[in-house]
Amino acid sequence: MAAVHGDAHSHGHDDHHPSGIMRWVTTTNHKDIGTMYLWFSFTMFLVGGFLAMGIRAELYQPGIQILEPELFNQFTTLHGLIMVFGAIMPAFVGFANWQVPMMIGAPDMAFARMNNWSFWLLPVAATLLVSSFFVPGGAAAGGWTFYPPLSVQGGLGVDLMIFSVHILGASSIMGSINIITTILNMRAPGMTLMKMPMFVWTWLITAYLLVLVMPVLAGTVTMLLTDRHFGTSFFNAAGGGDPVLFQHVFWFFGHPEVYIMILPAFGIVSEIIPTFSRKPLFGYSSMVYATASIAILSCVVWAHHMFTAGMPTVGQLFFMYATMLIAVPTGVKVFNWTATMWQGSMTFETPMLFSIGFIFLFVLGGFSGVICAIVPIDIQVQDTYYVIAHFHYVLVSGALFALFAGAYYWIPKWSGRMYNETLGKWHFWLSMFFFNLTFFVQHFLGLAGMPRRIPDYNLQFADFNMISSIGAFGFGLTQLLFLYIMISCIRSGEKAPQKPWDGATTLEWTHLPSPAPYHSFEKPPVVN
Amino acid sequence: MRSKLVATLAGVAALALYSSMAVGSKYNLPEPQSIIAKDIYDMHIWLMWICLAIFVAVFGVMFYSILKHRKSLGYKAANFHHSTVVEIIWTAIPVAILVVMALPATKTIIEMKDTSSPDMTIKATGYQWMWGYDYLQGEGEGISFFSKLSTPKSQVENKEPKGEHYLLEVDNRVVVPVGKKVRIILTANDVLHAWWVPALGIKQDAIPGFIRDTWFTADKAGIYRGQCAELCGKDHGFMPIVVEVMEADDYTKWVSTQNTSAIKTSMHVEK
Repeated sequence: MAAVHGDAHSHGHDDHHPSGIMRWVTTTNHKDIGTMYLWFSFTMFLVGGFLAMGIRAELYQPGIQILEPELFNQFTTLHGLIMVFGAIMPAFVGFANWQVPMMIGAPDMAFARMNNWSFWLLPVAATLLVSSFFVPGGAAAGGWTFYPPLSVQGGLGVDLMIFSVHILGASSIMGSINIITTILNMRAPGMTLMKMPMFVWTWLITAYLLVLVMPVLAGTVTMLLTDRHFGTSFFNAAGGGDPVLFQHVFWFFGHPEVYIMILPAFGIVSEIIPTFSRKPLFGYSSMVYATASIAILSCVVWAHHMFTAGMPTVGQLFFMYATMLIAVPTGVKVFNWTATMWQGSMTFETPMLFSIGFIFLFVLGGFSGVICAIVPIDIQVQDTYYVIAHFHYVLVSGALFALFAGAYYWIPKWSGRMYNETLGKWHFWLSMFFFNLTFFVQHFLGLAGMPRRIPDYNLQFADFNMISSIGAFGFGLTQLLFLYIMISCIRSGEKAPQKPWDGATTLEWTHLPSPAPYHSFEKPPVVN
Repeated sequence: MRSKLVATLAGVAALALYSSMAVGSKYNLPEPQSIIAKDIYDMHIWLMWICLAIFVAVFGVMFYSILKHRKSLGYKAANFHHSTVVEIIWTAIPVAILVVMALPATKTIIEMKDTSSPDMTIKATGYQWMWGYDYLQGEGEGISFFSKLSTPKSQVENKEPKGEHYLLEVDNRVVVPVGKKVRIILTANDVLHAWWVPALGIKQDAIPGFIRDTWFTADKAGIYRGQCAELCGKDHGFMPIVVEVMEADDYTKWVSTQNTSAIKTSMHVEK
C-alpha cells in the first residue's frame, strides 16, 4: 500500500486524491482497489487459516480435546465459506483490478465508482460472517454447502451467513460486470480479442460464469431464508418441497464456482510459464478454446456432487460422462504448458517454482477428480477425507499456489521493489512439503473410511490424522513467512527495474515503469 | 545360518510389504465383501494404474525439460508456438482413455441401481443421532429396533482408554443372512443422513419425506462397520452403522429370539 502511495507523486502525475484513510475509502483507482482486495483476501486467508488450525488441532488425536462437536462444525463451516468467498475469490478480483487495465492498455476499470462499492461491500459481509461466532447459538454449523433441513435448524448465525452471502454475491456480480465491460470496451487499439494476454482471457470467461451463477446462489439462500422465517416449504417435504432441490440449485452455482476459482489461476500460470521459459505460450488459441469449453462444461456437471443423493441411472451416467469430459480440455492445458516449457530457456525464480508446483499438484487433484467422477468409486469416497484431499489439491495447491505465483511475479510492478528471492524459494519449498504432508495422507484416510466433518474418529485413523495435523501447522506457519516477505519487499526491497523478468512480453512490463504510475495508459499504447 | 537369517528377514519384509499393500490395508479401500464392493475395488486399482501411467508420461517429459532446457546450462529457447497435429493427438488420446475408464463403470452403475427382486427388505431411518431399522419383508419381517452408539462417553472425553471399535460400535446391530439380496430402503426423520458400509460398497443418503433404496449381498459372515456420511448436526460423528452378516441357520435362530422378545430391543448388545 505504502509503496503505491509514496511513489504516486514521484512520477509527476497530478492526482488530487485525498490522503490518509479517506484515500482508501473514496478511491476509484483500480490500483488502490486492487491493493485493498489483495490485503482483504490475505486477512481473510489468515482468519480461515486460523479456523483450519483449530480443526486440525482437534483432529490431532482421537477423542474430544479442544473443540466440542458443535463448535467444531462451526469451524469447518466458516473455514469453507471464508476461504472460498473471502480469500480465494477476492484475491483473484484483486489481481484482475491491478492487471486487467494494465495488460490491455486501459487507463482504469470501466465503472470506477462501482468498483469502489464492490470492494467496500466485502468488509461488511466479512464482518457479518465472522461476528456470527458471537451470537446466541454460534455460527452456522451446517457445512459450507449449508444443506437443508440441517441449515433450517440453526440459529441467528445462519441468517447472518445468508445475508453475508447475499452481499458477497452482489459484490461479485458488480465486479464481474465491471471486468467484462472493461475487457470488451477498453482494449488498446490493435489489441484484438485473440491478442489478449491469457490472464485477461481467463478472467473474461470467469466473469461471465460469475454473472451466470451468482444470482442462482442468491436465489438459493433467499429460498432458505423464507423457509426459515416466512413459512415457505421449498425444501421441506411436509409442505410439498424437496431437500434435494436445494442441492440441485446450490450445485448449479457450486460447480461453476469451482471453475471460477481455478480459471484465473490458469491465466496467471499461463503468463508466468512463457516468461520464465523465454518462449511464447504454446497453443494460444487452443488455450482459449479449452478455457471456454471448461466453462461451458462446468454448467452441466453439477449433480456429480450428489451421486449418493439418489438419482435415476440415466442421470448418474450423464453426469459421470459429462464430468469425465472436463478432463479433456484440462489435459490440453497441461500439455500446452509442458510444450511451452519444452526447449525453453528456463530459470526458476519463485513465480516459476510456484507455477510448476501448481501444475504438478493440480494434475494430482485432477486425477483424484476423475476417480471421484466414476460413480461407483464416488459412492465409496463421497463425503470422506478423499474428497477433502481432492479439492484441497485443486484449491490450495491449485488456486492458492497460482495466487502466490502471481503475487511474486507482479509485486515488482506493483511496489517498484523486488522481493527476497531466497526467502521466496523457502516459502515455496516449505509450502510444497507441508501441503503434501497435510493432504496426501488424507487420500488414505478417505479410502479407509473416515467421513469428513467429524470431530472424532476410530483409532485406525489416528496415525494419518496426526501426520496431517503436523503438516497443517507447518503449512499455516509457512504462510506467515509469505506475509513477512511481502511486507519487507514493499518497505525495503531493492528497487525493481521496469522489466525484471527478461522473458516478459505483456504491456505492463514493456510500456510502464516500476512501480506502475498511479494513472497509467491515459493515452492508450498501440499494439501491433 | 546367516544366509538363512537373511532369507527369513527378506521373507518377512516381503510379506510385510505385501500385506501392507494387500486388501484391507489402511492405504486402500477396505476388503470388499460384496460383488459391488469388489467391482469398485478392482476398478479403483485399475484406474490408479492408468493415472500412474499418465503421471509418468506427462511428468517424465516435463521434468526432462526442467532438467535439460534451462538457461543455466546455456540452453537457447526455441520459438515454436503451435502444432495442430500434436494438439489433435493430445485431445484424442485422453478421450480414448476416458472411454476405457467409463465402460466398466457404466456396467457397475447399472448393477448397483438394480434393486429389483430382493430376498429381504429392511427400512433404515436416520434420526439425530441414531438409526432405526424395520424389517419389512422376507425372513424376520416385523423386527424393529433402534441402533445407537455404544461407546461410553468417558472414552470420548479421554477418561478411559479407547477400545478397538471406538465410535464404530452400537447397541443393536443390523443382522442379515449371508448370500441373500438385501434391499435397504432409506428415509430420515429430521435432517439428511447417509447410510454407508464401505466393505459392502453401499452409501445412500437418507432424505426426510422421501424414500431412496439400495442393495447388497454379503459374501461372507462377519461384522462390517460404517458411519453416517452426511453432516447431520452435533453428533454426526457419533452415529455408526454396524451390519452383522450371519450364516442362514444362525440368522434363523436370531430371528426367533427377536420375535419372542419385546419390541425395539435386541439380544445383540455389543461388548
